[in-house]
Amino acid sequence: MASKARTSIHYGEFIITLLIRTAGYLSVLFVLLISLFLIREAVPAMFKVPADALFNTRWYPIEGLYGIFPLLTGSLTITIGASLIAIPLGLLTAVYISEIAPPWTKEILKPLVEILAGIPSVVLGFLGILVLSPFLRETFNLPTGLTALTGSILLGWAAIPTIVSVSEDALNTVPSSYREASLALGTTRWQTIWGVTVPSARSGIITAIMLGVGRVIGETMTVMMVTGNAPTMPSGINTILMPIRTMTATIASEMGEVAKGSDHYQVLFFIGLILFVFSLAINIIAFQISSRRIKRSERLLS
Amino acid sequence: MVNLALVWAEKYQEENAGVRISVTGGGSGTGLASLVNGTVDIANASRSIKTEEKEQLEQAGHQAVEYVVASDAIAVIVNPENPVQNLTLEEISRIYKGEINNWAELGGENRPIVRLSRETNSGTHVYFLEEVIRLGSKEDKNIFAPDTLLLPSSEGIITEVRDNPNAIGYDGLGYVTPDVKVIAVAKDRSLPYVKPTIQTVINGTYPISRDLYMYTNESPSQAVQDYLAWIYGPEAQEIVSDLGFVPVSTKQSANGE
Repeated sequence: MASKARTSIHYGEFIITLLIRTAGYLSVLFVLLISLFLIREAVPAMFKVPADALFNTRWYPIEGLYGIFPLLTGSLTITIGASLIAIPLGLLTAVYISEIAPPWTKEILKPLVEILAGIPSVVLGFLGILVLSPFLRETFNLPTGLTALTGSILLGWAAIPTIVSVSEDALNTVPSSYREASLALGTTRWQTIWGVTVPSARSGIITAIMLGVGRVIGETMTVMMVTGNAPTMPSGINTILMPIRTMTATIASEMGEVAKGSDHYQVLFFIGLILFVFSLAINIIAFQISSRRIKRSERLLS
Repeated sequence: MVNLALVWAEKYQEENAGVRISVTGGGSGTGLASLVNGTVDIANASRSIKTEEKEQLEQAGHQAVEYVVASDAIAVIVNPENPVQNLTLEEISRIYKGEINNWAELGGENRPIVRLSRETNSGTHVYFLEEVIRLGSKEDKNIFAPDTLLLPSSEGIITEVRDNPNAIGYDGLGYVTPDVKVIAVAKDRSLPYVKPTIQTVINGTYPISRDLYMYTNESPSQAVQDYLAWIYGPEAQEIVSDLGFVPVSTKQSANGE
């Protein structure tokens, strides 16, 4: 009887281990398959479209002009703009919620930030078209409100919840003994936050920032609705106040109509590959930074 | 026009079990050539039949019968605050090529011009490029100015034009709402400026419009006649306006038949 029960436990454990292992291997397999597919569809573009045409400054695919340079700079502008907005605001909010806010404020703020994360990007786009873009046009006296700045503000807004919740978690894992020790040494609350708590949570905060930036690069719907999608070349600091076209919006709006296997189709996949490499790079950097910090702290503790 | 033909065929087959209509794309020339070869019953065309095509059909022993089944008008729109009322086709072309950049050059206020267009995958975009920017010339290789805003939807264009006094846009007449100003367009300076309405599209005075045709030979089968009669009916013509085209009036359909 007892041995039978043990065998069935063994079986159960075996099956569960198998399921978990399969799930783990499957996600590896999917990533590999997706990368292979992306590379297979994208690589021919490099042979069919000459490199100087590919890195040209004019994107007008129906006439065979495949210059992706304005799309690259467009995505870059939006990403930098949104990061400049989201990183400081997100970090300050996280510090406030985790370190300063009284419990009742915390209870209101945390769910609110999570609701913000749940706003669909198309709704953000509507807000952008109907409220933000006319406001920016009148405030800065711009020709049009559909600009990189509009996109940056909205995407910054979309990235803030990610940054807040991940870095708030990181701050929470800092042992309270650190804070107590710092305060006991006579530092002010601000000095403790700035000098002890935030540096201790650094790896989590950097992960939060990278996740937020990743969200910004990949975001499609909002930018397609509010940035005007004009493939213009950047011209100094004014670029942020001009319409731009991002890589994501280009793929989203053009993929539906291209013939499979055509030059245009493969160039769109090539753009997808660039996006993929971008977000891969961000992930690797985030991973490197966070794992390095753990090692150093382990060294300190040992 | 293939979209319209597809939706019509789909709807008609839904209502008439037993009738099968297959629609093939490829362009107006393909359709008319197939009619000459006798492989199709109806040829859809977004231009009228050429003399050569008519002769070919006559050599094959048939007469072409033309039906105007819908029209396609593209309205040029600006903000109601913009004092500019009239533009010639050439002026619109120069605006979109990036040669005219301020409304003052067109008798308006001293404001920059913000050009709006549909995305490049839109049929309207291609039509506008060929017939307005290039003024119908095949040799003309001009394209939209790079700072033309490409908006993903007709609604996006309408919203921006409604809110922005600098903007100029174009859109199928079916999408235009009363809170934007429709520009009266003249083919050239010697001709009168005309606003797009169902009337001016039907009588051909509005320059940025084209008729959409169906062609059959002189003795279409009963099934084809029934289908054409249905196309001129209220339901099919409602599909026409739903897709942003200009429906033909009932009077026109009587003439057509």
